[in-house]
Amino acid sequence: MTLRDVKVGETAKVKKIDGEGAVKRRIMDMGITKGVEVFVRKIAPLGDPVEITVRGYELSVRKADAEMIIVEE
Amino acid sequence: MGIRIALAGNPNCGKTTLFNALTGSNQFVGNWPGVTVEYKEGKYKGDKEVTIVDLPGIYSLSPYTLEEVVSRNYLIDERPEAIINVIDGTNLERNLYLTTQVVELGIPVVIAINMMDVVEKNGDKINTKKLSEEIGVPVIEISALKNRGLKEIVDVAVKAANEAKPQSPKHRFDGSVEHALAHIEELCLHSIDDENVQRWYSIKLFERDEKIQEKLGLSADVINHIENDIASCEKELDDDAESIITGERYNYIGTIIDGCVKKASKGMTTSDKIDRIVTNRWLALPIFAIVMFIVYYVSVTTVGTWATDWANDGVFGDGWHLFAIGSADYNDAADEYAEKALIVDGYDIYVEENGSEPTGDFEYPVEDEETAAVEYETASLEDYAEAKAYIDSTEEPDPADYGVWVPGIPPIIESGLDAIGCNDVVKGLILDGIVAGVGAVLGFVPQILVLFIFLAFLEACGYMARVAFIMDRIFRKFGLSGKSFIPMLIGTGCGIPGIMASRTIENDRDRKMTIMTTTFIPCGAKLPFIAMVAGAIFGGASWVAPSAYFLGIFAIITSGIMLKKTKMFAGDPAPFVMELPAYHWPTLGNVLRSMWERGWSFIKKAGTIILLSTIVVWFTTFFGFTADGFRMLEEEEIGMSILANIGKALAWIFIPLGFGDWEATVASITGLVAKENIVGTLAIIYGATGDVYETMRAAFTNASGFAFLAFNLLCAPCFAAMGAIKREMNNTRWFWRAIGYQCGYAWVIGLIVYQCGKCFTGEGFSVGTIFGIAGICVLLYGLFRKDKYNN
Repeated sequence: MTLRDVKVGETAKVKKIDGEGAVKRRIMDMGITKGVEVFVRKIAPLGDPVEITVRGYELSVRKADAEMIIVEE
Repeated sequence: MGIRIALAGNPNCGKTTLFNALTGSNQFVGNWPGVTVEYKEGKYKGDKEVTIVDLPGIYSLSPYTLEEVVSRNYLIDERPEAIINVIDGTNLERNLYLTTQVVELGIPVVIAINMMDVVEKNGDKINTKKLSEEIGVPVIEISALKNRGLKEIVDVAVKAANEAKPQSPKHRFDGSVEHALAHIEELCLHSIDDENVQRWYSIKLFERDEKIQEKLGLSADVINHIENDIASCEKELDDDAESIITGERYNYIGTIIDGCVKKASKGMTTSDKIDRIVTNRWLALPIFAIVMFIVYYVSVTTVGTWATDWANDGVFGDGWHLFAIGSADYNDAADEYAEKALIVDGYDIYVEENGSEPTGDFEYPVEDEETAAVEYETASLEDYAEAKAYIDSTEEPDPADYGVWVPGIPPIIESGLDAIGCNDVVKGLILDGIVAGVGAVLGFVPQILVLFIFLAFLEACGYMARVAFIMDRIFRKFGLSGKSFIPMLIGTGCGIPGIMASRTIENDRDRKMTIMTTTFIPCGAKLPFIAMVAGAIFGGASWVAPSAYFLGIFAIITSGIMLKKTKMFAGDPAPFVMELPAYHWPTLGNVLRSMWERGWSFIKKAGTIILLSTIVVWFTTFFGFTADGFRMLEEEEIGMSILANIGKALAWIFIPLGFGDWEATVASITGLVAKENIVGTLAIIYGATGDVYETMRAAFTNASGFAFLAFNLLCAPCFAAMGAIKREMNNTRWFWRAIGYQCGYAWVIGLIVYQCGKCFTGEGFSVGTIFGIAGICVLLYGLFRKDKYNN
């Protein structure tokens, strides 16, 4: 399951980040690393990106990038 | 020798506020060499020997974003004497992530925990003493906004700089990572004296940082060796190297936070409450529309335009009424006088044309100043008698008789030059070249300032990030950022502040793409020209003006799609993982400062190119070889000017577009000074032989007329906008790429319009049609070819 499948208002624990290069590094630099809890706050009015809370602050992630974030079921 | 202190910290951590508070007005703002990233340094208010360098806001020292590369290159190569690591106290966890990297550089670091006032208000507790022990560097509580702890932080940083004993990082990675790091140090880093720096490089090599491999000039053999170390470590920990390092850093921070921070359990913060409304599924778009409307209405429709009109027509025009007192009265009087004068003139024209006086109602011409359109109105003999009596008895109203009249700069200089008996050439150079050029630079500044008050406010309060969040879905499809919306919107008023507004886009590629495409949207100055083409060639058809906007939007979308597939925009895809910072009320000082910096940088960086090109165009327009040799020309003699000859020499370029004559070419060139000049030039050229609109209608067909319109809307913008492009690109090659692309694109569209349009407007299929279709094919190829640089 990836972060994209997590519903608004739910929390998920990150298992692994897929992919490589700049996008992956950026996701990790922003604090989305193995074991962290991510809360999906809302979806943008046009359906993408999503707003999540991680490590106490708000982050906007595109759905396509959210697919790289594998979470625990 | 002086001391350099670098400010490093995340975006939105209050670094700029701190920088402003420490340096006051003593700042130098520019760009890092060759890139669009802003560079700032300033002298510390308390000690002129201390220079503060404000690094770009960054989250990490990874090699992937321009800001990060610029910052870390500065830190590694320039080695400032100390670093103040600014941290947002309300968000320690993520902010400390950069800290764990900065302390590894072997440069003394002191930590400034900013926004302590907010932390205290929230009821949170930070044990700074313990934090300082854990990380091994001094930690000072500050509030840049409330001027708290500022002297202390600099004193501590200066002390650390003078001692020059860098901290050794306390954090140790997992045993197997440390083992690999030790191996790497031994293998290729022993030539570096400083142990701390050795460690930093080894971590970067462990992360497979290609920029560092290159910098150290490692041989393939050594890289292979390192690779073995990394691979065995990755196998042991079952993860890739970069994930291991970032993961461990965050885990380490987690343990520090647990010991040092006590968060008051709290409900929703004010920021959360605001955000719940502002980016609400249903309310977000209406609120967005309202905010954009206000920005547009004030900075383009009302205040911005007043300011620009005042600067262009007042200060750099005839003059203006102080506080606008008397303006309305004068305008009424002037309008009445002009109306009567037209009737009297019309009567004289009638007499001249018919050889006799009219016996009843007669028609007289009325010319629209902006579009040079002529309409005929009817006057009776009584009207004439009344008008004649009025004109004979009244003097032409003088604006100086109403209110307090402040003359503009040109009339003042003109009377001064007349007084000293200056010759016409010098007078022309000064008035039409230099003063007009300076006017073109400064005339746009008021509007830029008005717009930038808004942008600075939107950025500082946190709404700008939400703009990107809301609009991202639409704009990313054609390679732009959600934040590109604002430059494009402002561009409908004036392209110059539009281009400048691209400054708010963080991603370098998105920013460049936005700069290249913003001026495709018809700006206010293009409207008279559009109206002229619509009136003269299309009989005032109402579809012409909307079609210009559709053409602009079409150009932006197609260009975005085509450009993002080109080599110059190739590279790693831009990650859109963006922080949505907490809302907060910005300080007036910071907003004004940001406004002023941007306005001033436009004057400084764009001024020269605008001034020079205005002078060149003035010279070529008003000088030429005539029967009596090379001399200065009257306005009506433009046909003999150097410019006309340039037009004749270049006209062949436009033959495939259907307007390959010197008149249209010259008009296009003068349009580069200001787009509304196209109307004036055409009025002079076509007006010489009769009615402007009729002559113009005869010179163009529907197809060539629309091609002419399309070309001039899409080609390189006016010099002032080009200056803005140059300033924002901060790179000559990229500047020429932008101008070249715009002209090339405009030419292809003109070709398609003319050749295919010709086919549909009665001329049937011809050889040219094949070229038109070829143009369409080029466009389609650009749009649909495989993107080989990005997947």
